[in-house]
Amino acid sequence: MIKYLLGNIDNPNAAEIEEYEKAGGYRALTKALSMEPEDVIGEVRKSGLRGRGGAGFPTGMKWMFAANDPKFPKYVICNADEGEPGTFKDRHILEKNPHVLIEGMAIAVHALKAERGYIYLRGEYPEAEKSLQKAINDAYRKGYLGFPLHIHRGAGAYICGEETALIESLEGKRGQPRLKPPFPVNAGFFGGPTVINNVETLANLPFIMASGADSYLKIGSPECPGNKLFPVSGHVERPGVFELPMGTTLREIIYEHAGGIKNGRALKAVIPGGISAPVLPPDKIDCPMDFVSVQKYGSMLGSGAVMVFAEGTCLVKVAWRALKFFEHESCGKCTPCREGTGWLRSILERIENGQGREGDIELMEDVAGNIAGNTFCPLGDGAASVALNFIRHFRSEFEDHIGTDCRKMAVL
Amino acid sequence: MSPAPSAEKPLAGLEEIKKNYPASSAALMPALYEARRQFGWLSPEALSAVADALNLPKAAVRSTASFYGMFNQGKTGRHLVRICTNVACMVLGAGSVLEKLEARYGLTPGGTSRDGRFSLAVTECIGACDKGPAMLVDDDMHTDLTGERITEVLERYE
Ligand SMILES: Cc1cc2nc3c(=O)[nH]c(=O)nc-3n(C[C@H](O)[C@H](O)[C@H](O)COP(=O)(O)O)c2cc1C
Ligand code: FES
Repeated sequence: MIKYLLGNIDNPNAAEIEEYEKAGGYRALTKALSMEPEDVIGEVRKSGLRGRGGAGFPTGMKWMFAANDPKFPKYVICNADEGEPGTFKDRHILEKNPHVLIEGMAIAVHALKAERGYIYLRGEYPEAEKSLQKAINDAYRKGYLGFPLHIHRGAGAYICGEETALIESLEGKRGQPRLKPPFPVNAGFFGGPTVINNVETLANLPFIMASGADSYLKIGSPECPGNKLFPVSGHVERPGVFELPMGTTLREIIYEHAGGIKNGRALKAVIPGGISAPVLPPDKIDCPMDFVSVQKYGSMLGSGAVMVFAEGTCLVKVAWRALKFFEHESCGKCTPCREGTGWLRSILERIENGQGREGDIELMEDVAGNIAGNTFCPLGDGAASVALNFIRHFRSEFEDHIGTDCRKMAVL
Repeated sequence: MSPAPSAEKPLAGLEEIKKNYPASSAALMPALYEARRQFGWLSPEALSAVADALNLPKAAVRSTASFYGMFNQGKTGRHLVRICTNVACMVLGAGSVLEKLEARYGLTPGGTSRDGRFSLAVTECIGACDKGPAMLVDDDMHTDLTGERITEVLERYE
């Protein structure tokens, strides 16, 4: 199986430009630069690459929208805000294989005739900043970068991962989302056509350009080609990041690659795409992990972050902590999200503390139902569906927990 | 540490940063990082210096700074300990690590130890979920924490 994202990371010097070059690095860029920008976009469209930032939007189409906009200057922004709890895949690229991202950005900048590029890096990744800055300097030194490429450090706000909030933040403002449309491809950074792509999305480009769309299409599943990084955490024997073809089943990821459930315990629940993705019960783990299939199974691929919970885990507590996260990270702009996430958190908190009341589950369903579909950006929707799906799949645990605390239920 | 810039001495080093953006207003976040480094924390004086250096209204600077967790920390001890309590770290025992910090250093989230050595903040996921519980001490990541390991690690910070 071919690994082009993190294939080299057992080599301790993989982040060095010389090592990257030795493995064929920057040849894809040389090839792309010899092509017309339109043809690069054509190749990316043909490859079927879909954005790895969570929504799975076709990258070639996004690029075409921006390229077709007559306005200049245009910008390419790499979304390296990786804040989705459970997710640590982009960090591995940034720290261990930064040149694959830089090469991808250079290809994007050429294809879009962009003036410059930014990497919006989350503030909690100081190590990644060092390796990335060194890699950028080395790429300049070797003459690979013919445009300004800057790192912009975030400062601890999850919502800045949302692309329009990210642009606000990059402009020096509070990170609150903008109304769409207009979309960033038409009116983004300081109004210029702006392409925003996730780290992993951009890191797919060198392989696509070097090997061609046809080879790329042979990897993964037909509707979602290519490899995907799956960061696995929680109660597994071998947590870590696994680079596997799109469409690998959740079962294979958990039991083969991550070594199965810790200490031979049984699986109780799994979150397949970072904390914003609805939880799944164990009978759903034959789900192929790609954007289309996970949706059919009632969740979403999101960031691909697999969080595993063994028998004995208190899911009320997990749900409470998830909602605490959404409450904390709500930007405060719209009422259903700002108020609703706090309300859900407080109901879960009293249930967790053994002070739940009769009717609390229905109350949560009501509150979540009033958040869903009524928020300015997807953060609130995510929070509502997280709460609703914990209740949907584990209702009896929530019922049993009302009026009693965890210790009596033999969960932790 | 170099002496904190005084009100008369403007924030140094912003000219280079401004060049990275089409408008100097966009240099606000890096300027806040720079001010935090030069002043030690984002004091009212530091925020004013940023406003002057970028030619922005003070209210705009405060508005942005107050939005971001990392610009909103107030004055901290010599080392800022940020412990992740999000789900992956929680199910791997972040709670018992926090208990240990309270027992050993009298540290509770939002607080500073009496000797001014550590301030503690709980944080959302810091991208080390495979090796949780995880924390950042200043800019250093530490993982696989237990009640024992955390004191061992923290004792390395003076
Ligand atoms: C609340 C929220 C948080 C997000 N966080 C991230 C993030 O941390 N990283 C990321 O790449 N995309 C994130 N996204 C998705 C971005 O808005 C955007 O769709 C993505 O960066 C586009 O890149 P792609 O097309 O390569 O997937 C987030 C979206 C929402 C609604
Ligand atoms: S949940 Fe703690 S580092 Fe991700």
